[in-house]
Amino acid sequence: MAIIKAKELIKEYVRGAETVRAIDNVTLVVEPGDFLVIHGASGSGKSTLLNLLGCLDNPDFGEISINDQAIFKKGTKLSESVLTKIRRENFGYIFQKFYLIPTLTVFENVVLPGVFYCKDCREKVIERSKQLLSDLGLSKRQDHFPGEISGGEMQRVGIARALVNNPALLLADEPTGNLDSKRSNEIGEILTKLNREAGKTIIMVTHNQDLAKLASRKIELSDGKII
Amino acid sequence: MINIYQVAYKNLLRKKTRSMLTVLGIALSAWVLVSLFGFNNGYEQSLNHDIDNLGYQLLVTAKGCPYEAATLMLKGGTGLRYLKEELITEINKNQEVEKITPMLMQVVLDPNKGESGGLTAYLGIDAATYPGMKTFLKFQAGNWFTPSASNEVVMGYEAAELEQREVGDIYLIPEKNLELKVVGVLKRTGTQDDGTIFVPIKTLQQVFGKTGQVTGLGIKVSKNADLVRFEDKMYNLPDVQVVSMVQVKQTILNLVGTAKVMVLSIAIIAIVIALLGVINTVLMSVFERYQEIGILKSIGAMPLDIFKMVWTETLILCAIGSLVGIGLAMILAQISDLLIRRIIPYAPAGMLVQVDFSLILFTLLVMIAIGLLGGIYPAWRAASIRPLEAIRSEGE
Repeated sequence: MAIIKAKELIKEYVRGAETVRAIDNVTLVVEPGDFLVIHGASGSGKSTLLNLLGCLDNPDFGEISINDQAIFKKGTKLSESVLTKIRRENFGYIFQKFYLIPTLTVFENVVLPGVFYCKDCREKVIERSKQLLSDLGLSKRQDHFPGEISGGEMQRVGIARALVNNPALLLADEPTGNLDSKRSNEIGEILTKLNREAGKTIIMVTHNQDLAKLASRKIELSDGKII
Repeated sequence: MINIYQVAYKNLLRKKTRSMLTVLGIALSAWVLVSLFGFNNGYEQSLNHDIDNLGYQLLVTAKGCPYEAATLMLKGGTGLRYLKEELITEINKNQEVEKITPMLMQVVLDPNKGESGGLTAYLGIDAATYPGMKTFLKFQAGNWFTPSASNEVVMGYEAAELEQREVGDIYLIPEKNLELKVVGVLKRTGTQDDGTIFVPIKTLQQVFGKTGQVTGLGIKVSKNADLVRFEDKMYNLPDVQVVSMVQVKQTILNLVGTAKVMVLSIAIIAIVIALLGVINTVLMSVFERYQEIGILKSIGAMPLDIFKMVWTETLILCAIGSLVGIGLAMILAQISDLLIRRIIPYAPAGMLVQVDFSLILFTLLVMIAIGLLGGIYPAWRAASIRPLEAIRSEGE
């Protein structure tokens, strides 16, 4: 059973008087355990495709199903609440700019998705957060604030946060875009381990060729089309 | 584990100065509100206390300005016209009268009082009837003078303290060179009686050349009497003005009403300013965290979670501000009392601003309701943020 099936996706944006087709008739299947890298030039539609697959946006046309459950059917628009429910049950997001909450400690940042989603399983969330921080070498940093740790550590916190609800699929948009090569390699190793050892399906948008080499599958976009 | 409310609280700590200024604005509004309603309670209670402690329901005076009559009699003042004492016999013929007592108020300039002298007021009373009306007056030392006594005096608590007199001392009426023996000092009552010097009415009439004259007749009406009918009867007497204490209270409350409207207007303006301050602070904070709120939604926060979080921020600001304001109002009640006394036409004795638990609760609820109202728009704006907009700003 495919984890994500996308069929004939189209997404258009209106910029002034012009309508730009950001995603043009994309069909894609993501299998469980895939490590899929989407690459392409700037403006080719990589992030737009990731947002559609991650249910952060509605496609204008086409269909998307997750675990064989139809999410978007021809032209349907889902409300923000419905999209949130789908996202938190299925996906973990890793961002280029980390987006940690500066007023919360590392540990509080990691448990945050559990605060919103797993309201009745606090103990489980706490235990899992501690384990993730330990696995990612951040145990000693758990009481620090984001401003007190390095960029590489911030991204590791971001990965722990993405994993706390134990999603089947990780979506990463330029996860090493703000890091030097040494830290990028560290993040690459972590993602590979998550894919190979923990069985996480990963879809990643990246410009980083070294990171792209880690993928089991690659697709390239140009003007919104898979080439 | 952290919860949404703790996240909200920590958000407020990001811009401490801004949050503190907002809290201060709310605190000032709460202070004004508590002081205003505290005054509303306190003034009426103090006025009722003053009027109840007069011991009579009707005051008969010579014709003149009713406001002057009302306020001067309450303040224990003078300057009124005089009535003939024999009017008592005529009034006493009415069945409605339970008790009646004559009073004569006189004032003397005492050169030794203060830096450039001051006025001392004397109330001439009839020892046979006056104490029976004012049964609540208790003595710290001594007792009332006997009806037949002439050169004796009873002093109110503050008058005795001011003149530094005790029972057995001699008290001299300045200008008149009349020596009186202090036979009693009253306990504190919290009314104008505290500053009064009580002298046998016959003595006062004689010393001031007002034999057979009085400034007022206090009438206690029997329980089942028709007060309105009796008042009408009194009005039929020549050159007489009847002041009912209910009327006095109403007259004073009407006069004070203008001041209250002014203060209420200030309170409403203060509340509106505080409300706008809260909306501004929280809305600014929402706009500054635009991306962050989008990210929270992308990691699982429902619109309702975000709404609750932002709403909690306004609630915290309002709750802290209200508590600070209520505390300020309680601590500074004495200063509020002094300020209010300067702007209102008649201030009864006793604390004008009375802050009680129900008022504290009421203010807290009002301010929190205002906060919740003010928080709706920023919370709705935050809840409506689309996560995609935040993520898009990362660029492709």
